[in-house]
Amino acid sequence: MEIFLLVLTIFMIVGSIVAIEAKNLLSSVISVGIVGFSLGIVFLMLGAPDIAITQVVVEILILVILIRATITTDNTAIEKHKDTFPVVVSLIFFGLFLIFAYFAVQELPQFGDPLPREAAAHYLDNGPEETGAMNIVTAVLLDYRAYDTMGEATVLFASIVGAFVILRRRGRKHRKDEDTEKVGILEDEDIKKNFEGF
Amino acid sequence: MILYFLALVLFVMGLYCLVAKKNIIKKIIGIVITEYSINLFLVLVGWRKGGIAPILLKGMQKSEIVEKGVDPLPQALVLTSIVIGLGVLALMVSICLRLYEKYKTFDMSEINRLRG
Repeated sequence: MEIFLLVLTIFMIVGSIVAIEAKNLLSSVISVGIVGFSLGIVFLMLGAPDIAITQVVVEILILVILIRATITTDNTAIEKHKDTFPVVVSLIFFGLFLIFAYFAVQELPQFGDPLPREAAAHYLDNGPEETGAMNIVTAVLLDYRAYDTMGEATVLFASIVGAFVILRRRGRKHRKDEDTEKVGILEDEDIKKNFEGF
Repeated sequence: MILYFLALVLFVMGLYCLVAKKNIIKKIIGIVITEYSINLFLVLVGWRKGGIAPILLKGMQKSEIVEKGVDPLPQALVLTSIVIGLGVLALMVSICLRLYEKYKTFDMSEINRLRG
């Protein structure tokens, strides 16, 4: 079980190396697909079928969006002026980060043997009676932490509206000729015409 | 233990892609990989040995799920985070397509010229 998880995680790391270093943007997008779908399998093995389903669906959508972005455009990622400074500095700092992460991970509870969790115990114990949902994840998502889900829907709505506004062709409505004619200082005839009723 | 560390390695690789690459699509890919690694880490923390999905099936005693069920809380929050990641990605890609329309390139170092 753990060996299988290990193999899948290493597979994800290899896929992300390809995604980061590939010269062609389309192949790098496809490699992101490798990472995402293996992540779906890992979720399935970790006892999280809900997340696995969501991950697969979202991964397909991410691939569609990213392929749309790369397929009609110039999809080579060859950098014309190479800067070595940011690469070297980020490699040094991320190496340091990994060293600290290695020692920090030692302090975490052993994998597969988490600390006793009050909230989770309550949800698992009383979830079916209190919410009527047989799936405890759904009970947490839609009953105990429903405000969280509402916030999620709000963020989703805001981002989609933002994407729609950004991708819209025309900034404002097409004005008709009649509207633009009367802009500026009015002539005497216009004033008469406008105020005829008074 | 090693799995936690591998998730953090994935995190660092996404961060490296975000910082050091110049292509905007590559930067977006870095953000996506970082997101994946964080989701993986949170779900790994909630797992327990011999754990089963926290779903009460037909004919199953409730004590079974209390004893062996994995932590439902990180799962619910990761579910939220995955969907939010999709929305953020759609927004980022739409901004990138607009930039491409204006500058005809995805290269960060050529986009820095201003236009009225």
